Amino acid sequence: MTLAISDLKVTLGGREILRGVDLELRAGQVHGLAGESGSGKTMTGLAVLGLLPHGARVSGRITLGERDLLAMTPRQLNAVRGGEVAMVFQDPATSLHPMLTIGRQLTEHMRHHMRLDRRQARARAADLLRQVRIPGAEEALGRYPHQFSGGMRQRIAIAVALACSPKVLIADEPTTALDVTVQAGILRLLRGLCDDLDLAVLLVTHDLGVMSAVADEVSVMRDGVVVETGPRAQVLRDPAHPYTRALLDSLPGETS
Amino acid sequence: MSIKRPPAPGDDPKAARREPGRRGARSPLARFLVRRVLTALLLAVGITLVTFVLTNLVPGDPVAANLGQRALGDPAIVAQWRTEHGLDKPLPEQYLLHLRGVVQGDLGTSQQSHRPVLDDLADSVPATLELAGAAILISIVVGVAFGVVAALRRDRFSDHLLRVLSLFGISVPTFWLALTAFYVLFYRLRIAPGSGRIDPGLTPPPHVTGLYTLDAALAGQWDVFSSAVGHLVTPALVLALYTIGLLTRFTRSAVLEVLGQDHVRAGRAKGLPPRVILFRYVLRPALVPVITVAGLAFGSLLSGTVLVEAIFAWPGVGQYAYKSATTLDLPAVMGVGLVVGGVYLVINLIVDVLYGVIDPRVRLS
Repeated sequence: MTLAISDLKVTLGGREILRGVDLELRAGQVHGLAGESGSGKTMTGLAVLGLLPHGARVSGRITLGERDLLAMTPRQLNAVRGGEVAMVFQDPATSLHPMLTIGRQLTEHMRHHMRLDRRQARARAADLLRQVRIPGAEEALGRYPHQFSGGMRQRIAIAVALACSPKVLIADEPTTALDVTVQAGILRLLRGLCDDLDLAVLLVTHDLGVMSAVADEVSVMRDGVVVETGPRAQVLRDPAHPYTRALLDSLPGETS
Repeated sequence: MSIKRPPAPGDDPKAARREPGRRGARSPLARFLVRRVLTALLLAVGITLVTFVLTNLVPGDPVAANLGQRALGDPAIVAQWRTEHGLDKPLPEQYLLHLRGVVQGDLGTSQQSHRPVLDDLADSVPATLELAGAAILISIVVGVAFGVVAALRRDRFSDHLLRVLSLFGISVPTFWLALTAFYVLFYRLRIAPGSGRIDPGLTPPPHVTGLYTLDAALAGQWDVFSSAVGHLVTPALVLALYTIGLLTRFTRSAVLEVLGQDHVRAGRAKGLPPRVILFRYVLRPALVPVITVAGLAFGSLLSGTVLVEAIFAWPGVGQYAYKSATTLDLPAVMGVGLVVGGVYLVINLIVDVLYGVIDPRVRLS
């Protein structure tokens, strides 16, 4: 299934944060969204799930298959969130509920969206943990987030996002808060899941190195608009827009 | 993966040898509880020492307070009285005697009522517990509900209204409120019953817990029950108003803080129903600071009972403490100190245990 964002505009407190964003995510592809802080990358991701800050005004279209997410009632949107469209956040130390067991966090939305009973949900949760390579999956279900390392927590957060078999996964800077040594593992995991599960992934990052490692398509954002989109090789090797060129030139030790 | 669980002091060696993460006979929560109870026992001994020392430091001669003018002039009578009450022995010995008595359930004899202090306390403590318990229950339920509403309706009319109400509750002196409530509700409007715990025409329910409402319900005496509840409502509300205000403010800020946290947004991204987000994702973490404040508030509530009991003629510990202190009835004063200290200990223990229940990081670290 494709997720298409067209002419997405977001105004917050009288300021235009997104000024007409166009993006298209396809199944089985990782779409990288790059740009400096404040360019609107994260806001684009949040807008898809209707999680924009209080008081934000949105216009444009975000279509999932045939349906416009922006035209949905809160109830309909809630059924899509965590179900067909899931999200992984930047810092797993804060995005997991500190007081709930891993098992609870993996199963609560499964039971709600997929109407599974406790035992089915638990079995599936253990499978998911194995899928994201958490050792001792059964035992891990009874533990709490603070008992895991940062990289493990992000794997768990990814398992939580995958629980209801989403078609679209939005990953907002999923490696930024992690040690460099574990970043590659998380990226490989995301890439593998995208291929195996035929997910459409939006990978939001300011790190062009991350981008070049896993993305199929790359979009570059600046001041609330996408300035350049294209296949990774083309955008990263032969950028058409001067801003993309400037971004690439700012990388230490690399020449475009 | 790191499992942060160093063996805690007080762990038995078997538990320490057990593989971490395996569920054994003693769960982390049970061990956490044992630790907390042991600390509480140590503190209890400390309380006996402090009440004893403080009571003996009080300027004033219990002999003068208890014997008449003529008896005071007779050294033989004074010496006999001092021997009778163990006042002729050195202080450390007096303390050890006192401690032995406490352990055996003997708190001495009140010099005023000439009854064992324990019996006096058994009469007055349940009355105060009923009043303070009702007040803290009302405060928690109302204060937390108000705080949540204020946070969710931030900067709207209901938030402003609740802000004014809670400021009123915090700033109005309890004795003024008690007098005004008594005057207006009983004397003028006649919608509240008068002083005391039940109507004078009724006999108290058979003693089980000493809480009239509970005892009357247990005995099925519904006329006594409704009278007891009626008498309880006004003083409990008067006492609760301050803590309601306090808890409303604290709950509001705690909820607002949690609302801005990442895990709440992540919970929304999971498409969980709003009810689940509110209770499981927002309220549960927000309750940790609220419980701390509620525990502290219970302390101020206990001191408030002295005034409220006096105004509503409620035969509780507050009245007993006041009478004992003004007559330098030292065994009674020590007894009250011990009870109040014990109540604080229990409240602290409850707060600690609730921390552990709500937040796994407390009981697992």
